[in-house]
Formats: sequence, structure tokens, C-alpha cells
Amino acid sequence: MIPSPTNPVVVLVPSGSLGAGVRPDEVRYGIDQGAQVIATDAGSTDSGAAYLAKGISKNNRGAVKRDLTILMRAAAEARIPIVVGTCGQAGGDLNLEWTRDIVVEVAGELNIRPKIALLHSELTRETVKARNAAGRVRPLPPMGPLDDGTVDACDHIVAAMGPEPFIAALEQGADIVLGGRTTDTAVIACFPLMKGAGAAASWHAGKISECGAQCTVKTIDASGVLLRIGTDCFEVEPLATANKCTPHSVSEHMLYENSDPFRLIEPGGVLDVTDAQYEQVDPRVVRVAGAVWEPRPYTMKLEGASSGRFQTIMLVGIQDPIVLNDLDAFHDRMMRVLNDRVRATIGEAAGDFHISLRLYGWNAVSGEKVPEGTPAPREVGVLFVATAASQEMATQIAKACNPPFFHMYMPAHPEMPSYGFAFTPADIERGPVYEFRLNHVVECDRPDELVRTEWIDLKLEEAA
Amino acid sequence: MATVQEVCSVVRSKNAGPYWVTFDLFFKGPEEFERYAQHPALGPETFARLYGADPAMVKHYPVPSLNMIKISYARTSPQGGEVERDMHRGQQYVRLLPVELN
Repeated sequence: MIPSPTNPVVVLVPSGSLGAGVRPDEVRYGIDQGAQVIATDAGSTDSGAAYLAKGISKNNRGAVKRDLTILMRAAAEARIPIVVGTCGQAGGDLNLEWTRDIVVEVAGELNIRPKIALLHSELTRETVKARNAAGRVRPLPPMGPLDDGTVDACDHIVAAMGPEPFIAALEQGADIVLGGRTTDTAVIACFPLMKGAGAAASWHAGKISECGAQCTVKTIDASGVLLRIGTDCFEVEPLATANKCTPHSVSEHMLYENSDPFRLIEPGGVLDVTDAQYEQVDPRVVRVAGAVWEPRPYTMKLEGASSGRFQTIMLVGIQDPIVLNDLDAFHDRMMRVLNDRVRATIGEAAGDFHISLRLYGWNAVSGEKVPEGTPAPREVGVLFVATAASQEMATQIAKACNPPFFHMYMPAHPEMPSYGFAFTPADIERGPVYEFRLNHVVECDRPDELVRTEWIDLKLEEAA
Repeated sequence: MATVQEVCSVVRSKNAGPYWVTFDLFFKGPEEFERYAQHPALGPETFARLYGADPAMVKHYPVPSLNMIKISYARTSPQGGEVERDMHRGQQYVRLLPVELN
């Protein structure tokens, strides 16, 4: 039996990601249980590089504003701080500023005057190249050493912060800390670490709760969890009183979106949960102990996003049985016809273009041949994707392909088929291809040396 | 003869950061875990064949307390790249389900 945490620090994690939908009744429950801080992540690399490359949010502005309104009202009434990591999906300066503007707007509407800290962790290309030249940037598998060309290709570069800049801002009296790119765990671990909770317990609690109620067993739809973090252990409880945590639901979350289920690398250390124990201490609450925090020289993980070549797409639906009965032949014939058509109509000017056809309803997700004997589907959607050096060229390629994409005969066709376009115009400019370019860490002498803290004190602005 | 689908209660796949894909295979119970967790058909060669993974970049972690194994491999094409078909890699597990564990 794990002894209960002594003088636990109580952390309210309202949801897995700001803007996903926090619930006022859950937040109320957590505050009533003595929450000392509201901590939430607001982003991830998971949805791709576009959000960092463009500096935009994945979430709708209204959804983020709604969540912030609920949280800021509750926190102001309870006089507890709010900490947010990876603002605006990617945590770049533009993503952070987008979130800042919403927070300031909500503060005005609620008639509250919080002191707000903005933690910028976006780096210039020059900073990254200088650090690299000084031998302070290391690749992570599967990447090799970093070269300047890769850095120059990035539109934006961020370094993932640990808890220290959050702690510094809280110690200087921040009511709301808005972080640029932050590890999911650090934003939850920062407050308990500041209050003297155990390092392993704080980090482990951070990992378990980073996706909010995902570590719970849901009988009703729910968003958040409450953490009580002590010196050697922590407890986790769903914020929805109808739901529960079980040792299985909690320990299983350690696996989520991790390549290694036992060791989690963070700035300044590694969390090792090999010997962790998970114990049901009440029908809804699980107590966790036994993780180990191994301090390491401080590193921050770099993320960089670039925009590459451009794509234009078209979509048709097909129910024609002649096509459906021989889809692989249709695909191969169409590829040949379209590539020949581009070479014949645009020629050299098309450059190193690329055409891809994805047969939704057949094999679009894998792109691989389906097993022999697979029955014909009732219909397929065929997505055409042209990739070229410019948006204009990608669109010209799509336009050149339009007639055969619309009408291509199969040998059994008695007359010209017309496949079902969904839109007019048929070609849709999709914009550039966005990719992550960095998988490296930068070594730091101090946790805050690459972080810039900016203050907005609405109290002072009011006085002025 | 059993397939992955038959001996597991849950199989899932997902990104683990932009450069790794991770599979979680939860066996139906300790017996299935004991019998199949180290099965060669769940080794690097299968991931090379199904997903084009570099066998040297396939990691295999048994988690006995959960009767599961985690298998992770380095992505072979960039997330969101020109030929992306599954941004979050959440559909990749399906091709593992019929793999036979003799």
C-alpha cells in the first residue's frame, strides 16, 4: 500500500488541450477540492507542421475564447494562477500572440486585471546556427547532424521549454502564464515543482494528465482530471464525478504517443517509470509512486517547420461498375494517361512535378495493393494531388489533367464516361506542403537562456 | 494458427512526435502476452515489410504489467509530406491485424 501524499499540491488539469472544450461543472468541482493552479497544454506537433510554419492555431478562436473565459473567471474568483503551455497549437511567437490577444479580450469582458507573463521560446535562424556552430546542437534519431541549409529552410523554429521559466514567472507574481512551445508534461509539473513536490511525482503526474481525462474510464463524456502531488507519490482523479480512474487507465496513458513506454526525456532529466506502482485507493482515485527522476544536463528540443512545394487537388466520385471491377488497372492507366498528358501539354515547364491518385474506398490510406479477391466497393472517391514548384504550376497541371481525370475510358466502356466532380471549379489550390525539419536538441547552461519573458500587467495599464 | 487480431483486445497506432510511429498491442491476457510478446512475426522484419521501416530503427518494448507490447519505428516519409496518406498514423495498425503468429 502506497502511503497517501503528505501536504499535496493540488493541480486542476481542465482538458487535454485548450480549446477542446472545458466544462464549467468540472472546473467548479476541482476548485472546490482545493485546486491551487489550473494547468493546461494548448498544442502539439501531432497535427503537422503547418501550424508552426504559418503561426496559426488549429483550434477555432471562439472555442479557445470560450475555454479561457471559463478558466479565467474561475481562477480569478479562487485567486489561483493559470499556466498554459504551447499556446496556439505550435508555441511560436505568432501562436503565442494570438492567444495573448484572446486573454486580454477575455480579461476586459470579465472586468479582471491579471498580471500576464508571456514566455517566448521561438528562436531566430541565426541563434540556432550559432549554437550549432558552437557544437551545442545534437541530433536525435533518426536525424543526422544539423546543417545551415536545413535551418535556413525553416519558417519558424521553437525550443520546447521545461518548467523553470514558468516557475520564475509565477514567483514574480504572474496570474496567467502563457507559454510558447513547452513540453506537455512541464506545464503541469511546474507549479508542484515550485511548491516543493517531488520531482519524479510531479513529472509523472504531468505525463499521466497531459491529455486530461484520457487517463480515466468514462461513463459520461468528460474533459479533465485533478492531481494531488506529494513528495513521493501523487493521486489522480477525474473531474467528472461520474467517472473513475483505474490502475489500468492511468498506467496505460504512459504509453500514449511515446516511442518508449518507460523513459520520457525532458529538459534537464529523464523520467523513468519502469518500477512505478499504480494503486486504487478509492473507487475513483488512483495513487501512483515509484517513478524515478534522473537529472541530466539541460537540453531543449528544437522544432522547425518549413513550407515546400505546392499542391492542387481535384476530387471525383465514381460508381461506374466497369471502373469498380478493375480499380487497380484503372489507377495504373489513369496515372499513365495523366503523366503523359502533362508532358504533352506543359512539357519541360512542368519541371519535376508529381501526381498522386488516392482511391478512397479502396486503398487510399495505405496506397498498397489490396489482397486478391477483395470484392469491388459500391463507390470510390478519387483524390488527385498534383505537386509542383509553384502554386500556379500545380494548378496548370491539374487543369491539363482535368479532361482525362473526368472522362478516361476503360477498355470495356461503350461510350465516354463522366466521373462525378464534387466542385466547380474542379481544381482546388491547397497551398504549400509543410514539413518539420528539425529533430535535434540544443544544450543550455541555464534553463532560461533561450527564453524571453514579456509582461502585460493589466492592473498597471488600468492605473496608467 | 492465430492472428494479431485474435490474440489482442486492442491494437492501436499513432505518431510519437513527427519522426516516430508507435504501435500498442494489448494482448487479451497474461497467457497471450507470455506466448506472443516475443513472437518473431512481431519483429522488425514485419515492420519493414508492411511499412517500409528500417529494421535497425524498430524498437520493441514488452510491458508485462499491462500484458502489452509497444513497437515503435522511425517514420520513412515526413509527416505531412508530399505523399502523406495518414497524418497522425492512426490507421496504420489495421495492416497489422491479419499478421499470423504461428
